[in-house]
Amino acid sequence: MSEYNFAYLDEQTKRMIRRAILKALAIPGYQVPFASREMPMPYGWGTGGVQVSAACLMPEDTFKVIDQGADDTTNAVSIRKFFEKTAGVATTEETARASVIQTRHRIPETPLGEDQILVYQVPIPEPLRFLEPSEVETRKMHALEEYGLMHVKLYEDISRHGAIATAYAYPVKVAGRYVMDPSPIPKFDNPKLGDCPAIQLFGAGREQRIYALPPWTAVVSLDFEDHPFEASKAAADCALCGAGDSYLDEVIVDDEGGRMFVCSDTDYCRARRAAGHVGAQGAPEGVA
Amino acid sequence: MEAAALGGGFGDAPVDSARAFRAVMRAMARPGTVEVVAGAAPPAPLSVAAGVAVLVLCDPGTPVYLAGGHDTRGLRGWIGFHTGAPVVAERGDAMFALGVWESLAPLDGYALGEPEFPDRSATLIVEMDRLEPCGARLTGPGIKGGAALSLPEVAAFRDNAARFPLGLDFLLCCGDRLAGLPRSSHVEAG
Repeated sequence: MSEYNFAYLDEQTKRMIRRAILKALAIPGYQVPFASREMPMPYGWGTGGVQVSAACLMPEDTFKVIDQGADDTTNAVSIRKFFEKTAGVATTEETARASVIQTRHRIPETPLGEDQILVYQVPIPEPLRFLEPSEVETRKMHALEEYGLMHVKLYEDISRHGAIATAYAYPVKVAGRYVMDPSPIPKFDNPKLGDCPAIQLFGAGREQRIYALPPWTAVVSLDFEDHPFEASKAAADCALCGAGDSYLDEVIVDDEGGRMFVCSDTDYCRARRAAGHVGAQGAPEGVA
Repeated sequence: MEAAALGGGFGDAPVDSARAFRAVMRAMARPGTVEVVAGAAPPAPLSVAAGVAVLVLCDPGTPVYLAGGHDTRGLRGWIGFHTGAPVVAERGDAMFALGVWESLAPLDGYALGEPEFPDRSATLIVEMDRLEPCGARLTGPGIKGGAALSLPEVAAFRDNAARFPLGLDFLLCCGDRLAGLPRSSHVEAG
């Protein structure tokens, strides 16, 4: 522990990030610029989330990291180890036991509680960026609440595909004011963003933006009256635990086109199997 | 520089400020809830909670305005030594303003942010005689249903919320307790 300042970042950097977090909470959905630091990992590996976590963690925390729902992927394991080493915090894979959860592209299936903080890693924080490349222009559009272009984009989806084809990073309107990119979570997770008891913080390291959703904030996925928002998932149950209500990953299992669907949230799947739930291709817990 | 200015800071700054920030963040994220903080022993008339907020949030990049009776030599020295924050004479130049409500008000003149950068706005750290979850009624983000907070008045906060997304944010301090009131909270007489 003597080699690093607590949670790696220096105190002045943490103060700057903390001020940005407070302004982000005061203006839900608005992207606060911050002076993102070089981190000992490349951009795209969660440097924004890591900086937000570093500014929030305290020694008593229990920290969980997920990457696409999984605790055991390279990105999740390395970030977990990073904070084990630099902040000395306890870590867990159980959603319910964690006080701070850093996530890439998923919201855990287990409902979050009042005392939890969810930190999202965000690649492109600006929901209008693919429609308008100029930061000057998008900033103006947010200031003027000029979001017509976003509805045009969703409408083009409908005219081309017959339905809104946007499946992840589905834009939302926060507290009736700012349109926000919820990070590339599947739209299946969008309904969990609003009226959530936990504090949700979003960090984009390369793009140098922090934004936030306070608890119990109204979050609406953009849609049309005749094409309402739909939280979609693969039409299957988890092959291992049988869950019908969780977001599923498709796994190719052979060269013949064989496939199976399994829970993307590894902790949720593990807990269900431990409780005795067995899917179509799952073995009962304890049997190899 | 008086010797008294040198004491009263965090004993273990990285860890103390991490715990204190959690309390400040929870307060700002959940308007109407009162958090207890510790770790600072600032000179009078600054409360422990306001002192903690200053230590957690202020540094050479954040001009501080000391309103009324809070503009003391002792406090200038303490803030200067522990945070390096410049003390400014004009409220419009401040990122943080400190004082009792009567000295801080009226709220004209503080930085409200700009339409394209509403985050460039001042945070007012208000010293209160009492801070209880009763009185004015709060609704908005961070609040399930409604909350109540003993605010010094209603009209100024209601007008502030009406400017959203521009506006001021408040940390209300009393002894070692603090509550947050962001611009997103709608305030009505309770």
